[in-house]
Amino acid sequence: MPEKILQKEDAKDLLRVCSREHELFAPVRDGSRIIWSPVAPDDRLEFEFSNTDLSPKGFMFPQTERLMHFKNRPEDPQGMIMEQEAGLSRPRALVNIRPCDAKAFAVLDLVFERDASSTDVYWKDKRENTLLIGLACKHPCPTCFCTSVNCGPHHEEGLDVLLVDLDNRLLVKPLTASGEKLTADLPDAGQADIDQAAEQKQEAEAAITSGVSLDSIASRTVLEEYEHPCFERIFESCINCGTCTYFCPTCHCFDIQDETQEDYGRRIRTWDSCMSWLFTHHTSGHNPRGTKKDRVRQRFMHKFKYMPIKLDGAIGCVGCGRCTSKCPVNIDVRSVVNRMNESISE
Amino acid sequence: MNDITQQIRTTARRLLEEKTVDCVIGYRKGTVPMQEEPYFAYSPEEADTLVWTGFCVNNLANFLIKRPGRNAILAQGCVSRNIVGLIKENQVQRENVYILGVHSPGMLDAEKIKAQFPDRVITKVTEDEQEILVQGWGFEERLERKKFKRNNCFTCTHRNAVLYDEFIGEQGPGTGGGNIDKVAAPWEAMDSDSRWAAFEDAFKDCIRCYACRNVCPLCYCDVCFVDENNPQWVGKSQLDADIYTFHILRAFHCAGRCTDCGACESACPVGIKMRTLTGKLEKDIREFYDYQPGLDLETPPPLTLYRPNDPDVAG
Repeated sequence: MPEKILQKEDAKDLLRVCSREHELFAPVRDGSRIIWSPVAPDDRLEFEFSNTDLSPKGFMFPQTERLMHFKNRPEDPQGMIMEQEAGLSRPRALVNIRPCDAKAFAVLDLVFERDASSTDVYWKDKRENTLLIGLACKHPCPTCFCTSVNCGPHHEEGLDVLLVDLDNRLLVKPLTASGEKLTADLPDAGQADIDQAAEQKQEAEAAITSGVSLDSIASRTVLEEYEHPCFERIFESCINCGTCTYFCPTCHCFDIQDETQEDYGRRIRTWDSCMSWLFTHHTSGHNPRGTKKDRVRQRFMHKFKYMPIKLDGAIGCVGCGRCTSKCPVNIDVRSVVNRMNESISE
Repeated sequence: MNDITQQIRTTARRLLEEKTVDCVIGYRKGTVPMQEEPYFAYSPEEADTLVWTGFCVNNLANFLIKRPGRNAILAQGCVSRNIVGLIKENQVQRENVYILGVHSPGMLDAEKIKAQFPDRVITKVTEDEQEILVQGWGFEERLERKKFKRNNCFTCTHRNAVLYDEFIGEQGPGTGGGNIDKVAAPWEAMDSDSRWAAFEDAFKDCIRCYACRNVCPLCYCDVCFVDENNPQWVGKSQLDADIYTFHILRAFHCAGRCTDCGACESACPVGIKMRTLTGKLEKDIREFYDYQPGLDLETPPPLTLYRPNDPDVAG
């Protein structure tokens, strides 16, 4: 598909076309934070930001999601019967989503839509009805390491359109049929613009100077890695809060509960965290991950060993760096993974 | 490297070489700007990585709970007061802890510093007694240190350790200079409806990660009430009632025990200022019981003890 060009001041025209069918959301500034917010086509879009504080994970996998509801009256013939929820009422478009966050959706597709028999209908409904218009990264953060986990500042996976910020213009790269339809009326980009975008991609990639090495982790058996001596120290400063898991765009563990109040009942799914002891606590009282060390090890093993094995090499991390920048005790995913990759001496 | 860092390393090295302790709990340089990492040094070599800066914003007393062996721990005023509290509450044995007292320079608020540079990427931050040097992509700027202290450090009442086995460096000014009673003042000026509105606004961004609870040395219950599931006192969703229940009960559970160390606010990833709640509770404790937590090993905490002449605060 040929690349298109758009004057930045005309971005509202593109958004207006998009808003005919889609509800628009974009990163906006809220004090010193960048948050996802509903926007109107005429709103001024934010182009100078590193990334949103919270990832857009909640658009597909909300922190609290009602799965079903029921009348909480056992004596009523219509009571206690689970009723299906309506799907997304209107398609959505996430504008200026960063490539790493779109890649995270692609990784989670492998989990939630693994095969036809176990597809998660709640994820699928929102995923299929959300258009992703990406914004390539110009100035990656010092905590970014996307290039070492199958991603990058101009990564296209998961996106319908990729925008590259060329100061007063945007290079528009349609990537899917929906993206092509949306951008059909835009003029083709000239070679100079295409070259400038390519140059910017190289610069952004070069600006990412930290990374993780995964070769030894990949070559070891699960048990060899599980027993890596590095895990004896990594957990020490961890306080087992849920910050890393809740900020992570690919962490996807959840709890399901029924809640009732008078005549009303609902079945909800909420985010949960492997950092919590309660997450694996059995009815019997046994807890297979009873110590902090077990729980910290689980998070990193899951992302960098179990997921690649189960999901044809896909890594459960896109290198966004949120866990590192938000961790209250400075547990840095890059240091942890690089220690996991170190040789194991006898 | 500052003087205190050097002295911490020397002392920690000696304690480990002489086997006075099994471990020294302190901080080492963080991997990102404005964040040091709680660190456990077991050998003299590891002691040489310890640091003391304005970004040591956790409360290390938290790590003493249920920790085996004999540990040395770096403690400024608030942390030492929490250690006293943990000893009084039988969570830590005095003989198993070797307190390295230190004077707090007033810890810095990374969010306040970041707010000065909204569109820019900060790569390195260093400080001396007067100034903070912020470096980032394409800029370098000096800030006046005292303007960027954490709110709780402005109103600090005890900057020097109150209980210690050894003091590192010199004792310094005892207080932060601000009036701690003013932390509670906004609430006191409000009627009940505006208080509720202000409370809802203060906690609206909570994502229930429990960083505030887990970073706090007062929160050591084997099973926190929010994790009880038989009966389940608190729901798991983002329903307002569940979020508010957590914060209100947690604050009340800390009454008469909170040293205003500020670790909760520093840890919160969404910037909630929960000291507005604990600040009011601690002011009540000071007024009703003439008590400040953690100043000595003898005085029993007021809410664990009934006295016939206790004030009738419910009326």
